[in-house]
Amino acid sequence: MAKVIEGLYYSESHEFVKVVGNIGYIGITDYAQHALGNVVYVDMPDVDDDIEIDDDFGAIESVKAASDLKAPVSGKVIEVNENLEDEPGLLNKDAYENWIIKVELSDTAELKNLMDAKAYEEFCAE
Amino acid sequence: MTNKRTCLYDKHVALGALITPFAGFDMPIQYTGIIDEHNAVREHCGVFDVSHMGEVVVSGPDADKFINHIFTNDVNGLAAGKVLYGMICYPDGGVVDDTCICKLADQLFLMTINASNIDKDVAWIEQNAEGFNVTIENKSEAYGQLAVQGPEAEKMLEEVLGLDCKDLKFYEVKCLKQDGVDVIVSRTGYTGEDGFEIYGTPEYIVKVWDKLMEAGVKPCGLGCRDTLRFEVGMPLYGNELSDKITPVMAGLSMFVKFDKDEFIGKEALLKQKKEGVRQRLRGIELDENAIPRHGYKVLKDGVEVGEVTTGYRLISTDKSCAVALVDESIQMGDRVDIQIRKKTFPGTVVKKKFYDNHYKK
Repeated sequence: MAKVIEGLYYSESHEFVKVVGNIGYIGITDYAQHALGNVVYVDMPDVDDDIEIDDDFGAIESVKAASDLKAPVSGKVIEVNENLEDEPGLLNKDAYENWIIKVELSDTAELKNLMDAKAYEEFCAE
Repeated sequence: MTNKRTCLYDKHVALGALITPFAGFDMPIQYTGIIDEHNAVREHCGVFDVSHMGEVVVSGPDADKFINHIFTNDVNGLAAGKVLYGMICYPDGGVVDDTCICKLADQLFLMTINASNIDKDVAWIEQNAEGFNVTIENKSEAYGQLAVQGPEAEKMLEEVLGLDCKDLKFYEVKCLKQDGVDVIVSRTGYTGEDGFEIYGTPEYIVKVWDKLMEAGVKPCGLGCRDTLRFEVGMPLYGNELSDKITPVMAGLSMFVKFDKDEFIGKEALLKQKKEGVRQRLRGIELDENAIPRHGYKVLKDGVEVGEVTTGYRLISTDKSCAVALVDESIQMGDRVDIQIRKKTFPGTVVKKKFYDNHYKK
């Protein structure tokens, strides 16, 4: 059973957003890392890139395939998780602990379109 | 339409395998993970359920002549107990399938064919058998097949399975009887390691699987089967060989015996060999870690020159490598780029074999 954490926002394409003030930490869910298998490369945007909700902002590469990362919210990238450059497998160890990018949210109202933990758990069970 | 299942399907599910449709079968892609399964085969031993593969038995007075008619390699004078790899081609040199042919006895051959091609191959083989005194039997449902691969494979067959195989050399085959059941064992595989392929009835194959599990042999899925074969430069039908990609384009002319009197595709392939081909398969090693995938564009000085057929971040060497079908102008050592999503990544044209095999000759 994939882990779901209370208090995070979840997208249908299995990204999560952890919100602290007007900062969003975006990563992939435990369900996603399970489905992908061994992650071997994370293609991340550059700091200062603007990302638009629903646009691809990077990709997760498992041994087998590349999966696009879809922005669950809009914002400006203020940090990328450089640990993932050397050790992409961290996503398999703990997907929530190892966020991928940190963004300055441009519109917190967008969060309303995302699922809460309970809704996401049900979504994954379908 | 529901997918077919091999005799080991329930075992895969019980082991928690990730099951995915492949060539009309529900097959295990991985059990614990592609990386540790891959490493188990390189370092110790792993077992693959390859019961989805097709088997065709060709027998009769014209068996040798017929095989040589449809097959690019040459079975003339081949001793019983030997295995040959080669292709079945169309008259234009395109590939129907690639196959290993075991000569089990005089006038008796076992062909192993790709699961995705069984119906097409059998139809092609039958269609071209007119005028030959041969019997063609599609035994794909009757045989289960396991690939036991890795440096400890011989030990596992001898000690765990009680199969007398240490006298087999690379690309040799023998027929055995175990508890009254017919078993075929060949020293072949698709991993670049020493190893064996075992053919038997589904009941026998299930028993063998259970014994290997009890002995702690790692179950391996199709995921690492692909990473293992790719590292040592072996082609996958549909990626590196197809009705459009001939053995000459694929750099596999050594499996095409042009000195044979005739075989289907000979003229077209000979023409390619003599006059050259417009495109051929090349290896590319990228400078960075980005991963090239099937279908990605290859560029030279900004101009598209081809497309990736298979690519991976290699598990054994941790390098990003691709095999690509590129214009004939692209030569070894050339610098090219691969388009990966929005960016291009530079790399060097290298040999398609990215990792040395470890066969026991």
